[in-house]
Parts: sequence; structure tokens; C-alpha cells
Amino acid sequence: MKQVKVLVLSGNGINCEREMAFACEAAGADQVDIVHVAEILSGRVKLADYHFLNLPGGFCDGDDLGSAKAQANRLRHAPISGSEQSLADQIKAFIADGKLVLGICNGFQMMVKLGLLPAIGGTYGQQSMSLTFNDGGRFEDRWTYLAVDRDSPCVFTKGLERLYFPVRHGEGKLVAQDSATLQMLEDKHLSVLKYAEDDGVTPTMEYPLNPNGSQNAIAGLCDETGRCFGLMPHPEAYLHRTHHPRWTREELPDEGMGLWLFQNAIQTIREEIL
Amino acid sequence: MAVRIVVGLKPGMRDARGERVKRELKHHLGIELEKVQTLDVYTVDADLTEAQLEAAAAGPFSDPVIQDYRVGGALASDFDLLIEVGFRPGVTDNVGRTAREAIEYQIGRSFTLDEGVYTSVQYLFSGLDDLGQAEHIARDFLANGLIQRWTIVARKNFDPVKGLEATVPKVFSDIQPEVQEIDLEVSEDRLMEISREGMLALNLEEMQAIQAFIKDTATVEARKTVGLGDKLTDAELEVLAQTWSEHCKHKIFSAKIQYTDETTGDKEEIDSIFKTYIVGATKDIRKAMGDDDICLSVFKDNAGVIEFNDEWSIVFKVETHNSPSALDPYGGALTGIVGVNRDPFGTGMGARLMFNTDVFCFASPFYDKPLPPRLLHPRRIFEGVVEGVEHGGNKSGVPTVNGSIYFDERFAGKPLVYCGTAAIMPKKIADGRDCHEKQALVGDRIVMVGGRIGKDGIHGATFSSEELHEDSPVTAVQIGDPITQKRMFDFLTIARDRGWYNAITDNGAGGLSSSVGEMGEDTNGFEMHLDRCPLKYAGLHPWEILISEAQERMTVAVKPDCLEQFLALATEMGVEASDLGQFTDSGYYHCLYEGKTVAYLPMAFVHEGVPQMQIPAVWQPPQLSEPKLPAQSDYTDAVKELLGRLNICSKESVVRRYDHEVQAGSVVKPLTGVANDGPSDAAVFRPLLDSMEGVVVSHGMNPRLSDIDAYHMMANAFDEGMRNYVAVGGNVDHVAGLDNFCWCDPVLSEKTPDGPYKAAQLVRANKALYQYCVDFGVPLISGKDSMKNDYMIGDTKISIPPTVLFSVIGKIDDVQTACTMDAKRPGDKVYLLGNTYDELGGSEYYALKGELGANVPKVDSTSALLRYRTVNKAQSQSLIASCHDLSDGGLAVAIAETAFAGGFGIDADVSKIPSEGKLSCVQRLFSESASRLLITVKAENAPAFEALFAGQPCACIGQVVTEEKLTLIGEGGKQLVSASLDELKEAWQATLREM
Repeated sequence: MKQVKVLVLSGNGINCEREMAFACEAAGADQVDIVHVAEILSGRVKLADYHFLNLPGGFCDGDDLGSAKAQANRLRHAPISGSEQSLADQIKAFIADGKLVLGICNGFQMMVKLGLLPAIGGTYGQQSMSLTFNDGGRFEDRWTYLAVDRDSPCVFTKGLERLYFPVRHGEGKLVAQDSATLQMLEDKHLSVLKYAEDDGVTPTMEYPLNPNGSQNAIAGLCDETGRCFGLMPHPEAYLHRTHHPRWTREELPDEGMGLWLFQNAIQTIREEIL
Repeated sequence: MAVRIVVGLKPGMRDARGERVKRELKHHLGIELEKVQTLDVYTVDADLTEAQLEAAAAGPFSDPVIQDYRVGGALASDFDLLIEVGFRPGVTDNVGRTAREAIEYQIGRSFTLDEGVYTSVQYLFSGLDDLGQAEHIARDFLANGLIQRWTIVARKNFDPVKGLEATVPKVFSDIQPEVQEIDLEVSEDRLMEISREGMLALNLEEMQAIQAFIKDTATVEARKTVGLGDKLTDAELEVLAQTWSEHCKHKIFSAKIQYTDETTGDKEEIDSIFKTYIVGATKDIRKAMGDDDICLSVFKDNAGVIEFNDEWSIVFKVETHNSPSALDPYGGALTGIVGVNRDPFGTGMGARLMFNTDVFCFASPFYDKPLPPRLLHPRRIFEGVVEGVEHGGNKSGVPTVNGSIYFDERFAGKPLVYCGTAAIMPKKIADGRDCHEKQALVGDRIVMVGGRIGKDGIHGATFSSEELHEDSPVTAVQIGDPITQKRMFDFLTIARDRGWYNAITDNGAGGLSSSVGEMGEDTNGFEMHLDRCPLKYAGLHPWEILISEAQERMTVAVKPDCLEQFLALATEMGVEASDLGQFTDSGYYHCLYEGKTVAYLPMAFVHEGVPQMQIPAVWQPPQLSEPKLPAQSDYTDAVKELLGRLNICSKESVVRRYDHEVQAGSVVKPLTGVANDGPSDAAVFRPLLDSMEGVVVSHGMNPRLSDIDAYHMMANAFDEGMRNYVAVGGNVDHVAGLDNFCWCDPVLSEKTPDGPYKAAQLVRANKALYQYCVDFGVPLISGKDSMKNDYMIGDTKISIPPTVLFSVIGKIDDVQTACTMDAKRPGDKVYLLGNTYDELGGSEYYALKGELGANVPKVDSTSALLRYRTVNKAQSQSLIASCHDLSDGGLAVAIAETAFAGGFGIDADVSKIPSEGKLSCVQRLFSESASRLLITVKAENAPAFEALFAGQPCACIGQVVTEEKLTLIGEGGKQLVSASLDELKEAWQATLREM
């Protein structure tokens, strides 16, 4: 049987690589490598050898120029040894090959700022949205209810409805360059996840249920193929029932909801890519 | 020529940062303005073309969706007055560093040492035209004059096309590095002048010891062989001042203390309270534990190490960063947290960070009296410290899982900022060596890794060894850089696993002079070339390079045959590493600069030459009495007032700003209950994602009890730490403690006439620490003391109350047996464990009434330990639904918290609580007797639970009910407290909600 190979990026302030790698393993990936960006830039590790690219959360370069800006710039401009391409070019080729990309929090911010999401019309590399400071002006760690758009092409959320994950960010407010972009997102069902009331169904602009004031309450986006997906909340923070903030008072299955996204990804790779 | 790039939000985009400034201006200074907007300014001082500048502005510096930019022109419009805040020369500018790197990626070349990017923020105010008020806003809110500078421009003086002129805060220096000799053949007065003028913080005896050393003919002969004369160099004197500083050498804890107890007339001489009580306790406990000893490395390394399981060990350290935080709360606290991260990281062969803890002591943020000079308002300190820890922890990817904030007016003189970090390390590294051990070998290379050296942090160690005074140096203030550190940690972890080095340590207080000096003890000598150190800018003297406390640096003893690979990988991973020399067995502390010796001191003299201090200590207990307070018929208002007091109220506004979940280890989070907002007693953390074994961490602290007797302050801090630990499920037989003493100067002098009393408090606290650690079998594994927490300017002296933070760390075998404090379901029975006594002395209730009292809570080890062990048993059998410790505010506060966190009411009869003798209603409700826990139990588990506690003070006092209301009755069924959960919770949440 062919092996599902996963690359989890690390370095320069990426912080969640271990739990993201663990999620991939627990979801059934055969090979999961945590790879420092320097190893890719040196040419020793090749992105093309993998099926699934994970861009974990963190504070790349301290978010000093705005969240994930400096990392996006690095990926655009830093040369890969022995190649004419930048890492951003290679990620675009990776997407063109139909492989999967998941960005969480800082990884999502980078995907948006590299123009990998939502990339409506396949315009990978052209930024049409951004993530900026929460309306409250502050970093916050709190759990949020998420409604899933069941008509979305997103392969990660296939069959899922209500989710509950923590957000941990200061710059999670999603804004579109114009209302037309926002409308297209909705028409094409690319705004996969929305901050919701505790029913997990009704999108809300009310703080703190919507922790950042995101337009249309959007918490996560995918591209039109459904294979590039990014979200501000942290599914890799809910892999086991003891991660849930109320596990000591609610009856919960051992398996956390976050695992479902990774299981969907691995299954898609097995069924459609290998 | 420098060019300014200004970046601002597009019209219509919400300026959350500006809104926050507007809001906080109102809170901090009471100034209400129409509008505040903000712009980011990058001053680029580099040889770039216009196109390159344009590309930088359009690329990494701005976001095309939300921002506009101008290169070399103005962007500001629609304002009355602007204030631009940037850094002073030489201050760490993290954003500037990232901006420089971003351009380097774009243009494909590195900047020269002369080139740089400097950042500032422009604040545009509408509704502000008074220049005086603008100055006030800049000085007292936006900026800190020690590290920042500002420009104020009224609209009418602003060029709307060109904007402000570019100014470059570059460090210009035409200083030629040199070495001075210092003549110590002088009078006593002059010796002390040399110490004071040089910020050496050495006393006369120590200066005389140095004087005698350099006079010795053997010394002079040895110096000739390396080309030095018969006078000490500045570098040598600085090395001794750093190594012998209170901060590094803990002279007070090592002193000979003559202790007199006036109540008994007993006198004794204590030869080092550290060795007698702290090391002594651990030694006795380890002996008693025998094969069950969990200690792996105690007191000898940067942090303590205990066993976790057969494959992993836990590393823990708590530090204080008080003095820098008083001057620059943000930078001080940020440096505190990234600094303490390096301690566990630099323990043994290196460890992976698990979590941070932090505890702060401040004056009230609502302090409204005039402040003595140089003190920042407590609200500013609060805000700055919290933000510093937030950035330090969150950006490093280390969750902040446990902490507290304690308020007392005396902390206006010096805030206490405790930062702790725990880490996990494999028992063995890949080549089979024990990970918790390390030893530099002769011939190993001295390699410095991480940040560059500047003048920052010079005299940090000696500065914190003195009280805060007018000449406290601004260079002691610095700003941490979590990203440089994170890169370094990523790199060093690989180097560790590849077995490339033999030892590693942190560069903290004293910089290279301490780190290399200490590692050199392994081989008995070293030779280090200071001119090989990478500098932030030119113009540093050799002594400055040697003692600079520039952050984010580790010193590593690299095996000579691995040096090449080590340096190559560092370069590839964007980490600076420099080979500075080698470890030797020469017996000498040997530093050179451009081939010439600048320091040559016998290792033995550096490390053991400091004379032992002699300190008098006299215990005369203060004359105190119990207040006479009229009895009331109803205590509902008192409960609500207590819930809203600063030491009890919700800290949610702070807790949410810390990422407490990164690394996916959090099991019991800081906030818990039905609405995720109740106060957890302690944290449970699962460090290995494929295992259910957990680490439990908690703490205890009771500064106010020092006003009665520091012995019981310590005893209660110890017990509170243990009781919090047990409440969540920590195993009392697999646990260790860590003490952090923060004292006011206890050494008798002209400035400190009450030194003997403060020294006696210190002795008593240590006696208690020894006693309770031994009684409970809790070994101490590491700790730190900060002994000069006084403020003295002019006639004003503020001394903090003697404060010990007792941190507890240990294990829970299965995290799925952990308990939280929230009531779980109606019908559950409510139990109180432990006797209540007439012990309101130092309580929150008395404080509410403006009283101190005399009856301090006393800890009974035997009954407490039995109780805690039995709680563990009940937890392992899953008999406990919720467990909450009783502390500030006593039973009434604990039961209210349990109810509103769970979202269910409680009916309880406080006349049923276990006690000895007759108690008043106030004592039943609010006494702060130690070692008590409030527990709820599912009705079907009640018989088994009661059977476990048979013979112990344990009583069922009520039950959990559906109605969202707390009802407490006393003797004869008389109602004492009745309130809805909403009003109780509101009282508890309102106080600090807006912080």
C-alpha cells in the first residue's frame, strides 16, 4: 500500500508543530515529518515528496510586521538551494498537483497573505483578503462554537456540522478587499466555518461568541478545490476529551472533534491522491 | 540617507489599536479624546534604490487589503496633534530587526553593520491641542522615557506632504575600547567610593578582600606571566562584583546569622540559612525517601530536576524580575519570562519547555494617592507587566497555565514579578548520557549562541542587589526577543540530540562573566577572547562585553571535533554562534582582548573569595490584638464585598491574554466550570500527547501574614501550595517544592535600622520552610531570592512585606482522575474537610474591615498530610465531583465560587462545619484556617467518601441545588447569606473586568 506522507512546517516562531504532527499521526498518516523551514531552503527536504502540507500556528517572526507577514515574505523571496523557485512557488505547484494544505491560526494568516486563500478563480498568489487586529484590540484565548457550511467543497469538513475549538489570537478578524469578494465567498461556499452561537448553527457577530469581529463571522476559508483550507481556531487543540474545557462535567467521547478534520484529510489522500 | 516609510489603515478600516489607546487613556489618565488613530513608521537607513524601498513598503511592510503606505512622505491627516514614539539608541527594536530581515530577503544581501531599520509609532489625536497634556500622555502613558523618545507636533506645524524628518536612533560611538587599571591601595572611604561609582554593590569587607588579594606578591608574580601589572583591571573588578553580587552569590542566604528569640531568650548562630534549612530539608527528605527519592538534580544547576517516569524528567525554575519591572514593566516582565525560559532550557544537557507560571504582586491599580518620584503608577505597572508576560509566553509558544496577582499598597515601592518555567527532558540523551547531568571538558570550545552583545543590561546583577534609588541605571533595562530565542532553542535541541556538546548554560545575570565562569569550574579554568564576541554596535570596552546581560544567549561547551558542524548548522538555521575560546585546567579565569590579557584571576578566588557576611537577627513579635467587630444579622453584603476584593476577584481579563493551551497539554485550565470562567486551584498538564500521565503545578503565597509572624506566612504559603496541588489531583507522594524569597533588605545598616527584625523574619520563615517540607516529605529542588526590595529616594522608604512564593510541582498518574472546583450537578452533597479555628488574623475579612488581627492561621502537618493523602485516594476512586481549596475569604468565598462556577446553587449549614470549640458566625464564614477543602460528592458515592474520611475532621454541610442561589444558614437555622449566583458572580467579575 502506498504511504500517506505529511510535512509539518516548523521554525522562526511556529509553535504548534508537535500537536499538529500528533494529530496527523493519530488520524492515520503513515509518515509525518516536522521539517524546519531551513531544511527546505537548503534543498535537503523536498516538498514535492509529500501529500499533505501542514502550516501550524505560532508567532512567526513575532508577527512583527503584522501577523505572518514576515514569514510570507520569506517564503516568497528566500531562495531554495539548487532551485530557481521560492518555497511559495513550490507550494503553488503542490496545490496545482491537487495535494492538501492546512493552515491553522498563524499558518492560516500566512496562507491568506500569500494569496493561497481564498484564491477565487484559481488566482493563487493574489491576496484578496486579510486578517487584522481583533475588534477588542487584544490577544484572547477562548473556546468558540463553529458552524460548518455543509455545502462547502472543503474536504476537511466533509460530513461535519458543529465544532468547538479554542481561538488563541490577536489578529483574527477576517476582512475582504471588497464586498464582491465577500459575496463570492458565500456564493461558492468557501467560508467554511463561522463563529456561532452555542447551538453551533447560527453565525453571530456578538462578542465574545465571535471573538474578533470577523466579517460575516468567518472563522475559516477554503479554496474552490476544497483542498486548501485555513482557519483561526485550533482543531489540533482538541484531540482528546481532556482538552475540552468542561471534560470534568460533560459526557464526551475520548476522541476530540479536532481529529475529525485530520481524519478527513488523510482519507481524501488515500482515496483520491495516492 | 534614511527614508521614512509610513503605513496606515485604509479609510473605513477599524483601528483597534487606536481605539484601545483611546479607551486606556480614559482609564489611566482620565483623559477623554474624540479619536485616536495610529500609523506605523519604518525608518530605513540603508543603501537601497527607490524601487527597493517601494518594494519593501508594498511588500512586507504593508497589507494591500487593509493598509496604505507612503515612502518618504506624510500619511497623517485629520488630526489635531500627533505624538510619535520610537526607541532610544541601542534599545532592542524587535520589529526593526524583522523589518531588516524582510528587506534582506527581498534584495538578496545582508545589511552592513551600519545599515538598519528603526521603527516608531505615530499616534494621531483628535480633540487634543494642549501641548502640556500631550507631553503628559507621551510621558505617562504612551512611552517610557528610559527606553523611548517622542516627538509632539501640532497640526499647524506638520508638513502634510513631507511629514516628519527622518531621525535615526543609531548608536554612534567613537570610543576606542580600552582597559583601565584601578588602584585599590587607597583608604576605606575611597574603596567604598569606587564600589558606589562603579555600581559594583560591593561592601567594605569585600572591597578589602579584593585589596588584600591584589597586594599578595604571589598574585603579582602570576600576573606578570601574562603581562598584567600589580593593579586590578576594570574587567577583573567587574568580574568579582558580578560573581560576588547578592544576585549571583546569595550572600544573605549564605551569611552567618546571630539569631535571638526575645520571647524565649534563646540565642543561636546559623551558618547559612540556605545550607541549614533549604539544602538541609532536601537532604533529610531524600534520605528518608530512600529508593522512592524522586530528585535527580537539585540546587546545582539552573533549575531543579525530578523524575516524571522511567523515560522522562521534569525540570522547574521560578525567577523574579522585580527591579527591571519597576523601571520598565513591559521590558522587565518580557525579559523575565524569556529569561526564565533559558533556565530549564540550560539545565543538564537541555530540556523542552512545557509551560510558564507567573505571579505578580502590585499595589492597587486604582491607587489614587501621590506617588513618590521615579515610581510608575501601579496601573501602568500592571498593564506593562501583563503585556510583557503575554508577549514573552505567547510568542515563545509556551502556555501560561498557572498564576495569580496579589495586591498590597507596599508593592508600589517595588512590584514583584515572579516568572516560572517547567520543562521536560529525556532521562538519557541519544549517546546514553544522563540528560540532567553535564560537564565541560578540558579542550571544549566556549561557544556563545544567540543574540549579540550591546550595552544593555550592564550592571543588572549588581542593580538588583540594591534598592531602587535615584541613580539606578537605565542600561539595566532591556527588552527580550522571543523570536531570536526560539530560533536558538530550535537549533540547540538538534545540537543536543546529535551529541555535539558537553555542557550548556544560560547567559543571565552577569552575562559571560558568570556563565563561562561557572562552566569553567568543571575544568578549573578557561581562556576566552572577548574580541571574538559579536557586537550590536562598535565601541564596547572589554569589561562591558564580559558583563553585558544582552538577552537570548546561551553558552555551550562544544566538543572540539564537532565545532565545524555546530557552527554550520547554526548559520543555516539563522542563529549566530561564535567560538570564543576554550575550557582549560589552568586554574585561571583568563580573558583576552585582541591577544592581550584583560583578566587573570584564580578560579578559587573568584568563586570562593567572598567573605561571609555576619547578620544580626532579633525576633520580637509585634504587639497585636484581635479587633472587636459588632456581630451582624446578615453577611450577604460582606460576601459580595469580599468577592470583589482585588485579592479574590476574577483575573479573567488577564488570564485570557495568555495562551494557556498551546502544545495541547492543558487538562485543568486556569478557568473552568459551566461557562469556562471559574477559578481553578491549580493546573494539570499532559506533556506527552500519547500518554495520560500529567504534571500538576500550583503555588501558595500570603505576604500579609508576615505582619504577624513570617513563620506562619511561610507555613501557610507552603500549605496553600500543597492544598491547591491536591485539590486538582496532584499526588502528594510524588511532589517537589520551589521557594522564591522576596524580602526587604534585612541587613542592619544606617539605611535599615530595623534590619535585625527583618532578618529574624527571614530566619523564622526558613525555620517554617524546613519544618513543613520535612513533615510533608516535600523536597525543595531549586529557588531564588531577591533581598533588596525597597524603594528609597529622599526621606521616602517603602519596603515590601516579606513574601515567599511557594511553588509546587509534581505528578498525577492519570489525568482523567483530575478534579475541577465547579459544582457538577444538583443533589451532590457538599463536604468540608479540616477544622476551622478562630483564625482571622491577616484575613481578607479583617482587611476589608481595616484590621490586621493577631490570630494567625497555623498549619498542623500531621492532620493535613493525612487529609491530603485521603483526598488522593478518593480522587483515584473517582469519588469526588468537585474540590476547591479554602483560602482568601474562607468558607464563604470558596462555597460561592464553587456554586457560580458550576452554575448550580448550594444550600449549606455552616454550624455543621468541623471545628474545635465554639465559633462565631464570622469565624465560621471567613476564618482562613489552613488545610481545608470544600468537596462535592455524588449522592451515591457519599457512603464510600465518608468511610474514607472516618476519624478525620470531615462534615457534610449541605447540598448542591438547582435553584441558582447560595443560601448559608447558621445555628438554629438562622439565615446568614442569601444571594443569587448572578449577583455573586457579578461582584466577583466586575472589579478587574476592564483591565
